[in-house]
Amino acid sequence: MYSKDGEQYHVVDAHIALWDARPENQRNVHGKQFIDCFYDYHRNLSPESETWGYEEYLYQGGERLMRDVFVDGIVDHAIFQPARLAEFYHRGFGQTEEAFALAQAHPDKLTYNHYWDPRDGENGLEKLRENAERMHLKGVKLYTADWHGESRGWKLTDPMAYRYFEACRELGIRNIHIHKGPTIRPLDRDAFDVADVDHAATDFTDLNFVVEHVGLPRLEDFCWIATQEPNVYGGLAVAMPFIHTRPRYFAQIMGELLYWIGEDRILFSSDYALWTPKWLVERFVDFQIPEDMTEYSPITTAQKKKVLGLNAARLYDLPVPEHLQVAEADETPTGPREPAAADLASV
Amino acid sequence: MTAVLPARAARVDEAAVRAALGTVVDPELDEPITDVGFVRSVAVDDTDDDTDDGVRVEVHLRLPTSFCAPNFAWLMVSDAHDAVSGLPGVARVVVELDDHHDSELINRGLAAGLGYRGTFGHEAEQSLDELRATFTRKAHTAAMERAVTALLRLDPAVDVAALTLGDLPAGEPTTGALLRRRAAVGLPLDPASPVLVEADGTRPAGDAAAHFLRRARSVRISVDGNAHFCRGLLTTRYPGSEADQTPRPEDRPLLPLEVRS
Repeated sequence: MYSKDGEQYHVVDAHIALWDARPENQRNVHGKQFIDCFYDYHRNLSPESETWGYEEYLYQGGERLMRDVFVDGIVDHAIFQPARLAEFYHRGFGQTEEAFALAQAHPDKLTYNHYWDPRDGENGLEKLRENAERMHLKGVKLYTADWHGESRGWKLTDPMAYRYFEACRELGIRNIHIHKGPTIRPLDRDAFDVADVDHAATDFTDLNFVVEHVGLPRLEDFCWIATQEPNVYGGLAVAMPFIHTRPRYFAQIMGELLYWIGEDRILFSSDYALWTPKWLVERFVDFQIPEDMTEYSPITTAQKKKVLGLNAARLYDLPVPEHLQVAEADETPTGPREPAAADLASV
Repeated sequence: MTAVLPARAARVDEAAVRAALGTVVDPELDEPITDVGFVRSVAVDDTDDDTDDGVRVEVHLRLPTSFCAPNFAWLMVSDAHDAVSGLPGVARVVVELDDHHDSELINRGLAAGLGYRGTFGHEAEQSLDELRATFTRKAHTAAMERAVTALLRLDPAVDVAALTLGDLPAGEPTTGALLRRRAAVGLPLDPASPVLVEADGTRPAGDAAAHFLRRARSVRISVDGNAHFCRGLLTTRYPGSEADQTPRPEDRPLLPLEVRS
């Protein structure tokens, strides 16, 4: 829990990872390129005081993760969202057994989500059933640009993916986190496009689709589909740290999200170990839309409480003390929220 | 008698090559690759050899990450090759993309003249025309929002739904930028043409103008935000590359980003 100025915030970090990108785990040059890309994100968007050295960035291990994520008792609960990347790393990027064991040791603090890939076919479906039982899965993380043999991408609308969604529905895996990446088949199309999320969300209305990085670099496409589908959510992984280097851009991202999808469907994420949650939570609680950006209403304390934890707690049935709860907004389930608040004259 | 020497084409130099590369645009950012610092090096070799049909040019491009989308990378690299090859006086062109996950594939395909489908094989279905068109449309949408918002700043009471091109201030950089993007998507340029319009000619109903503009605003924020982040990442990845970037043009003033270290 985080307290500031007499307000208390129940914090859920909806996207963390326990990765291993050390050279001995890199299968090829792409393993190095991938973690270097993350490290450049980290260096570019972090305050100097929060910037790590390259060596420590490659691997943290469970003990350090617990210290980094739960320092000062600010974060109440965190959710693993692993990426497989088996073509880049010998033992994969996300360390399944290590993270799962950590979640078992700290069930009040950690939830382990796993992944699936429709290109694993029938065997993968069987594995998903096993994992769901063994890991008590409530959610999965899907990376559509993962490489897999000859294939370097897939769509949520691929027929086999629908078989997996049906299995999720049957197994009680309700939360589907989606991360779009740079490759798709065919390459004729924009790999970051989220139109397939729209279709899947329409066909599986009992599943929640959390689009990570709020669709970045296609914030506009994400807002457009999410405003039409009541079961599409936005995860703030990678968007959060803009609060430091580019606060006005961050204000615009938040303003657009609150306008198009509303305060009940935005989830705070640090994307640990890309960044650590403490400084992001502190900055977010202190954050306000700049006064001259009058096309957006100021962000309220209640909205911050929802984004920082209550929305994710609701999706994952995490216990939240009654006095920290905030009622859901009485907003339209689809279409722009508070369209009257849109002041066209300002930018 | 006086021997008349055949007129030689002006020697191609580095400045001419960079000018040609300046016509190549990053479709996602709607900016020339020369402005965002994606040109890493230009080498012009004009030492005479047995052929005298022109110079040899080698260009290296770089991107903000190894994992920038390979289809956009191909568009920029192949456009760069076309642009330099089109210069009179150039005999041979090598364009290479450095430090990308598909560098080997793309550079080999380009050198062999395999084209998009030949380079990417089973991953390529037809062409990248639709991808390019999608982002040309987004560039128009963003320019439209910038032009309208610039006007709204001067006159908040303006009737957005009724705006025509003639209502936009002629001297504003945002107006000129919109006209160029309209030309690119084939929209009419006469002063009586409505401003609020999709690239395919679709217009919002009168009471939907505000919503239409709001949606356009999300496109503009996305394009501008990506442009700023990509520029920043490039300088993180390639220290010193700031010197190869020019500021965002003044026709897109609406995202005054503070960048703090």
